[in-house]
Amino acid sequence: MKRQAKNRTSFSRRAFLIGAGQAAVFAAITTRLYHLQIAEHGKYALKAKQNSISERLVAPLRGIMTDRFGAVLAGNQQHWNALFVKDMAPEPDAVLENFYRLIPLSDAEKARIQQDLAAHPGYIPVMLKDWLDWPDMAAIEVNTPNLPGVIVQAGSSRTYPLGAIAAHAVGYVGRPNQKETEQDSVLALPGMRVGRTGAEDANDLALRGAPGFVQTETNVRGEVMRVVAQDNGTPGQTVALALDSGLQQLAVQSLSSQTGAVVMLDATTGEILAMASTPSFDPTLFDRGVPNDIWNGWINDPRHPLLNKAAAGLFAPGSTFKPSVALAALKCGALTPDSTHNCPGFLKLGRHIFWCDNHDAHGTINVVDALKVSCDVFFYKTALDTGIDRIAAMASIMGQGVDLGSDVPNASVGLVPTHAWAKQHGIDWVEGNTVVQGIGQGYTQLTPLAQATMVARLASGLAVTPHLARRVGGVLQPESLPGGAPALDVDDQHLAVVRQGLFAVVNDPAGTGYGARLTIPGVQMAGKTGTAQVHDNTAAEKARNFNDMTMAWAQRPNAWFVAYAPADAPRYAVAVMVEHGNFGAQTAAPIAHDMMTYALLNDPAGRDQPLANPPPMPPLTVPQQGASA
Amino acid sequence: MIEYGSLSLRRPFRERSFGLARKLMRVNWLFVLCVCLLAGVGYAALYSAAGGSPQPYAQSQLIRFCGALVLMLGIAMVDIRFIAKLSWPAWVFGILLLIAVMKFGHVGLGAKRWMTVGGMEIQPSELMKLFLAMALARYFQRATPEQTGNLLFVLPAILAALVPMGLILKEPNLGTAIITGTIGATVMLGAGVRWWWFALVVVFIAICAPVIYHHLHAYQKARIDIFLNPGADPLGAGYNIIQSKIALGSGGFFGQGFLHGTQNQLNFLPEKQTDFVFTIIAEEFGFFGSVAVLGLLMCIVTMGYYTALSCSHVYGRLLALGIATNFFLYCFVNLSMVMGLIPVGGVPLPLISYGGSALTAVMLGFGVLMSIHVHRDVDFPEHEEF
Repeated sequence: MKRQAKNRTSFSRRAFLIGAGQAAVFAAITTRLYHLQIAEHGKYALKAKQNSISERLVAPLRGIMTDRFGAVLAGNQQHWNALFVKDMAPEPDAVLENFYRLIPLSDAEKARIQQDLAAHPGYIPVMLKDWLDWPDMAAIEVNTPNLPGVIVQAGSSRTYPLGAIAAHAVGYVGRPNQKETEQDSVLALPGMRVGRTGAEDANDLALRGAPGFVQTETNVRGEVMRVVAQDNGTPGQTVALALDSGLQQLAVQSLSSQTGAVVMLDATTGEILAMASTPSFDPTLFDRGVPNDIWNGWINDPRHPLLNKAAAGLFAPGSTFKPSVALAALKCGALTPDSTHNCPGFLKLGRHIFWCDNHDAHGTINVVDALKVSCDVFFYKTALDTGIDRIAAMASIMGQGVDLGSDVPNASVGLVPTHAWAKQHGIDWVEGNTVVQGIGQGYTQLTPLAQATMVARLASGLAVTPHLARRVGGVLQPESLPGGAPALDVDDQHLAVVRQGLFAVVNDPAGTGYGARLTIPGVQMAGKTGTAQVHDNTAAEKARNFNDMTMAWAQRPNAWFVAYAPADAPRYAVAVMVEHGNFGAQTAAPIAHDMMTYALLNDPAGRDQPLANPPPMPPLTVPQQGASA
Repeated sequence: MIEYGSLSLRRPFRERSFGLARKLMRVNWLFVLCVCLLAGVGYAALYSAAGGSPQPYAQSQLIRFCGALVLMLGIAMVDIRFIAKLSWPAWVFGILLLIAVMKFGHVGLGAKRWMTVGGMEIQPSELMKLFLAMALARYFQRATPEQTGNLLFVLPAILAALVPMGLILKEPNLGTAIITGTIGATVMLGAGVRWWWFALVVVFIAICAPVIYHHLHAYQKARIDIFLNPGADPLGAGYNIIQSKIALGSGGFFGQGFLHGTQNQLNFLPEKQTDFVFTIIAEEFGFFGSVAVLGLLMCIVTMGYYTALSCSHVYGRLLALGIATNFFLYCFVNLSMVMGLIPVGGVPLPLISYGGSALTAVMLGFGVLMSIHVHRDVDFPEHEEF
């Protein structure tokens, strides 16, 4: 019994020790649990959340653009897309085959789909076909059982109510390219668009908005179990452009089938009231991708429909450059308001003869009359007396050949040559070059926008900057505020002399633009015609004058007219350029007349009617059969 | 000094035959309550694992548990002396089962460890742990301190442990083999075998560990490698450990709420209803619930020790120690695995995990433990025929 008792004591001791060891292990496990569940809870809770909650960004609705009176220039429209979620299909390849049988797609499209499927996880929807029409929708609907994973979803796209009429000013949007998506990953969201040209481009950030998100709880296979939270994001801001749709439409109508550009500015603020370029294009096509044949047509058209001739087209300004020459000459003293030159109808420089317009001999003539009748010889001589560097300096004050800092994307700077420029480009500058510089020919290349700026500055005496955006998110832009532009660095008396000349152009029966005078009682317009030759005329052409209709279209001179009104209190400035339109007085001036009449009668300057709220998107309807998709 | 005749729980229980009612009263009902509570926790966890449904896990597990509970109470009624007599036959039976499973068993989780007997899935290695404890308790039942200090006397016991260990290792099932060895060692330690021999063995194993590692199966090595660096292959083999830790850690103090654990409900842990069932409790009931379950598990181990310490006969003491240790090792290995403390190795959490084999084996052991408790003060004959 004693041995047994001793045994039992020994056992008790050992059992106790083993038990204590096991209790210690339990304590260690509890400590570990504490560490995991309490001390590191935050870390693991986050991981669990990341595990289960997948956040998908949702493309925000792009802001709309209106004209100054709230007419929509760029809006949004909903349409139906067919998407495919690979993970929802037991046999993805078979589903795609079924889909292709119902809705035939090109091989390129099929390859694109394969590429997208390979690039994304299986639960990310891949676009099969956008802009479904009624037969497509019906085919998908009827065959739903054969198309597991194919979903039909609403998407939004850009619409341009004015279409081609304001295409260059408003611009268009396109799918972001790879570089852009790398810079801003939000752009990678399906449905995101980037402004490519025009105001769409210039105001892209304001229009873009902030993306929303959908938080979904997904299980381990990425299947969506429920939507946890949803935020549709902040739609882009509404951008009201300074454009007046009425003026814009009138500009395009006036140009009609002619190739050309019209820019109308508020002479006191530089607001672009109209900016037209013909021929134009349908900006809606870019959202969906321009069909190849249409694209090739645009690219190969000698009239360059995609080019915004108003802001990016470079043309010799011809006689519309003369005001700047006159101002430069007045400034440097080469000319006084009363000084005269004799015009025998030509200027002989060495062995070369520079003809006056129509070979007319204007006789003894002062600057005002020289502007009125557009005497070339007067300005040949003035240019020679002034020198091109002074002319270029004055031109840049007037907004010619310099970066205007406007918000019109891809605007061309143009060129008013200087000696430094000539030297840099290896051009041996001779007096003959200076002579033609005096009438805006030779190397001088300017945009209609620059010419409109010139005439606006001349008229108002303010260094206005042309700009398209008037209100962003309802807020009036500082440039659009009256009195925002600084005074022009030109002597008022000199301006007055040139204004007098331009007044005479339109209102003196001898003026070249007399035919374009306004018929509104008590209001006068001042302007300047221009007929800029586009190629070196042959001797034969010079002999029979260079601007008749017998020449090939592409060799006819460009017709210009720049004007402002009212002449005594300038408010509107317009530049019209009709490419190969022959006489500016004949083709360009009537357009300026119509524009100015409309502007004066409707007086949009300084007025607007901003939208309180963007209009709701049109209700989503299935396009009916026969409707063009 | 000892009163006979009254139906007292304190009354010694020396007669071989005794009334069933008396025996039932002597059962440790607190222990049974703890077991039932754990089964209840298991029901809740499995209900949650199925996304809030008794199908397919919780209900069938409950039915199994009820059967096992009856089995446990039935065995508790069997005289421990009769069980003692069965010790060595049980050991032989266990060895035969292990050999049979090698020949006829089917593969599950990369090892040949399962066998279907009469429609029931059994793992002979689970039973073997109990049988080994029984055999060793039987062997050391009358050992004197001189004998336990004699290596020659202890050697057969060591062999009795090594043979099943070798067979289990062959399955291959390293985890259970180690557990089996540990149970054998614990029983021997309880029997009075010199403690420093164990120390020597531990040192020896520590030295040999690299060699053993070299001879491990590829999947066993992979488990150890993954354990050491689970982040290396987060979506591959290390996935379970990472997801398990996330489930535990996201529980916080009070958990995400019943049926609201995202890791569980969204199936981030495969087969969580079996080995990783603890993650469900930890995630949905937090530290609070986990510690409560740990407490229940500890109560059961402690009551096993109580039975061992209160038992008057050596056989009961040693066997109770073995059974308590077995249960402890189940919990330890499973919980450590779930918490990323030791390499993953298919050991379920007893009474809570889904599955019949481990449940049956554990409840069988508890039946024997209760039999010891009921018959804690019976006299074993001094000499007995084997």
